Amino acid sequence: MDFSQQFFQQMINGISLGSIYALIALGYTMIYGIIKLINFAHGDIYMVGAYIGFFAITQAQIHIFPAILISMVVTGILGILVERLAYKPLRHAPRISVLITAIGVSFFLEYTSMYFVSPTPRTFPAMLGGVSIHVGELVINGQQLTILGVTILLMAILTYVVQKTKIGKAMRAASFDTETAELMGVNADRVISFTFCIGSALAAAAGVMVGMYYNSIDPLMGIMPGLKAFVAAVLGGIGILPGAVVGGLILGIIEALVSGFISSTFRDAAAFAILILVLLIKPSGIFGKNTREKV
Amino acid sequence: MGKRRNDIIMLGFSLVLFALLQGAISAKLIGSFWTLNLTLIGINIILAVSLNLINGYTGQFSLGHAGFMAVGAYVGVVLTTNFHVPFIIALLAGGAAAGVLGCLIGLPTLRLRGDYLAIATLGLGEIIRIVIMNIEYVGGAAGFKGIPHHTNFAWVFFVMLFTLFFIKNFVNSAHGRACIAIRENEIAAEAMGVNTTKYKVTAFTLGAAFAGVAGGLFAHCFYLISPNSFTFMQSFNYLIMVVLGGLGSITGSIAGAFFVTFISAALANWPEFRMIIFALMLILLMFYRPQGLFGYIELTNFKIFDKIFRRKEARQ
Amino acid sequence: MSGELLRATNVSQVFGGLKAVSDFNFYINKGELVGLIGPNGAGKTTAFNLFTGVYTPTEGEIIFGGKSIVGLKPYQITERGIARTFQNIRLFSELSVIDNVKIAYHSRVKCGLFESVFRLGRYFAEEKKIADEGRKLLKIFKLEDKINETAKNLPYGAQRRLEIARALATKPKLLLLDEPAAGMNPQETNELMEMIRWIRDEFSLTILLIEHDMSLVMGICQRIYVLEYGAVIATGTPTEIQNNPDVIKAYLGTEE
Repeated sequence: MDFSQQFFQQMINGISLGSIYALIALGYTMIYGIIKLINFAHGDIYMVGAYIGFFAITQAQIHIFPAILISMVVTGILGILVERLAYKPLRHAPRISVLITAIGVSFFLEYTSMYFVSPTPRTFPAMLGGVSIHVGELVINGQQLTILGVTILLMAILTYVVQKTKIGKAMRAASFDTETAELMGVNADRVISFTFCIGSALAAAAGVMVGMYYNSIDPLMGIMPGLKAFVAAVLGGIGILPGAVVGGLILGIIEALVSGFISSTFRDAAAFAILILVLLIKPSGIFGKNTREKV
Repeated sequence: MGKRRNDIIMLGFSLVLFALLQGAISAKLIGSFWTLNLTLIGINIILAVSLNLINGYTGQFSLGHAGFMAVGAYVGVVLTTNFHVPFIIALLAGGAAAGVLGCLIGLPTLRLRGDYLAIATLGLGEIIRIVIMNIEYVGGAAGFKGIPHHTNFAWVFFVMLFTLFFIKNFVNSAHGRACIAIRENEIAAEAMGVNTTKYKVTAFTLGAAFAGVAGGLFAHCFYLISPNSFTFMQSFNYLIMVVLGGLGSITGSIAGAFFVTFISAALANWPEFRMIIFALMLILLMFYRPQGLFGYIELTNFKIFDKIFRRKEARQ
Repeated sequence: MSGELLRATNVSQVFGGLKAVSDFNFYINKGELVGLIGPNGAGKTTAFNLFTGVYTPTEGEIIFGGKSIVGLKPYQITERGIARTFQNIRLFSELSVIDNVKIAYHSRVKCGLFESVFRLGRYFAEEKKIADEGRKLLKIFKLEDKINETAKNLPYGAQRRLEIARALATKPKLLLLDEPAAGMNPQETNELMEMIRWIRDEFSLTILLIEHDMSLVMGICQRIYVLEYGAVIATGTPTEIQNNPDVIKAYLGTEE
């Protein structure tokens, strides 16, 4: 393959990876938008989602798509539980306390999972290997097609829910100004639960698809993608849904290019370098507006 | 001059404690496993107290401590192993290198607040680790081998004692008050004449430098160190110590470092349980005692000493 | 006790297209007690933030003691001699009352880092001096029996007094008080008025205050500036201001 072909192949890989980041980043950004919390445990929710998908496929012998759906439902409920049990009691606590709690929840999910499923990585059954599209010498394989298809579908549903439904409008109102929204009759607790549910379900879908894409899952698999999805959310402008998607895609592409053309060991460093540059140059992200603290 | 008298009393206690522990180690009353852990407790106290200076006293939430520790460790082992430099010089050089890096990183990043700073320092710590991983000279991802075993309990104890003395006196001086003012209310601190940037960077630099020294001590406990010893999970470990003990209490950090290291050693064969316990402790602590076990209280604040002495003085 | 202490010339402050303050002209003479009034959102606190370096003006010049202070950081302006209190109290709430005041001596601490950590030379003498002066100041503000109390546990009025004491500890030439009487009952307000007059004379201060309580403003201020929509609409003595039709309109609406 010549340079341009390799470039485009990496772009395809990057967009697939970026879609995963985008799905996780959406949850981050929605949760941050509403309760101003960096939900450190979000990456671990994604890990739990991957395991549920794994067990659905291997134990219940079902196909990938219903497995994704089951995983989304169960993980969505887990998201609600986490919020109710760990974050709700701290609604008015200092933000650093909530952040520390989130780190605690993250550890809790990682290591309780480890206790139940053992620390050894599990091999995800190979799926959709036969399907692939060839464009010249470029290959888009079945897993990548699934990732792209499912991501686009979920984003369309999410857009509909947020823009058109009553609960979606309540979500937008609450993320704009929680107190005023409450005065207007929005039930903030319900909206927050709903946000955690949706965010967790999206992460679960990403988890199952990553298991399928890389063929391997383990209890600590959520840490790095979780952090990177946060980078994606910050890059796009935290709290802004389209920002999370664009941020995720940009990050995925940059990572694929860095590992393809420089060295895969610098992949993680690239993501963090982007984070720091964004925070220093434009902390509000690509789509964000600058705000200043009131004195 | 009560404060200086307290210092002397505390120094006396420390020396007695050292004599007892060192005696027990020399007499083989404490086996090699627990001797190593005692040494690690000392190193972790240095790391926890120095992180507390940044996170607890100055209120700047850093999650990159392991990165500075790594810098100190690698500078130290290169100097002792490849250049046969005396241990103390290697430790100081490691601390200085980490401090300089802390200052360079701190200047731009400390403009960020709260959770953004946390995640940026976490990223910087990881970048430091990844860069080390890509330096062939220090063994890359495989690690650095053949490190002389310089660290023993005595070294750790006295470096720890110096760290405690330094940080305690720092936070009780006008400079430390400036840092605490930033934690309490940055805008008011600035309005009271505190150059907030300068003091944030000072605290960050000092914290990083002590982490570097601790890294040097840590590295010389082992034959080999690798970049994987310094992941952000390590930074989280020190954070747990500081948060358990209390953000803004040196006594708390000592207790936290002791507790976390001890539990980790005792549950070495059940690593999941260890982390589940820490996770639950963090969460429950934030619910019921967010200021940590010790809050802002110091053991030396207890008026016991003063009372004893005052009674004596009154009698005379 | 005469001559100009602070002058703002054609100062404007724009936030994302919105002019918080526009063409603001202002001066205050040494020893004067001046009030800044106006409806909510008129730009009063923005003016304070401009004087203290929290914001850098988009346009215009601010001269303090003969030198420009535009572009200086807040701590540098504090060193030059402007101190302030905050509308929404900003104490170091977890610290003791005395520590709140001690921090304000920061600019005048001479001990370096090394000296402080190893407690050499003048360290103890300097710490003692700061503690003694702090205590003296707290006595003036009737806080001497609360020295070791945590600031957040003080009653509201005491917190406001502590903020003023803390500001005075920076040894200012110009003191800016942002709604010092907010939340006080009439008796407390009267006491506060007495205290403001007294500290001005005792510390030979110049005082600028923002206040909604008209009895306080009219009672102690020698001159008053009225702001509306970021612009000065009137200035003069209390009597002149009370009879100014523009001011009446701004406060009571357009109906005559």
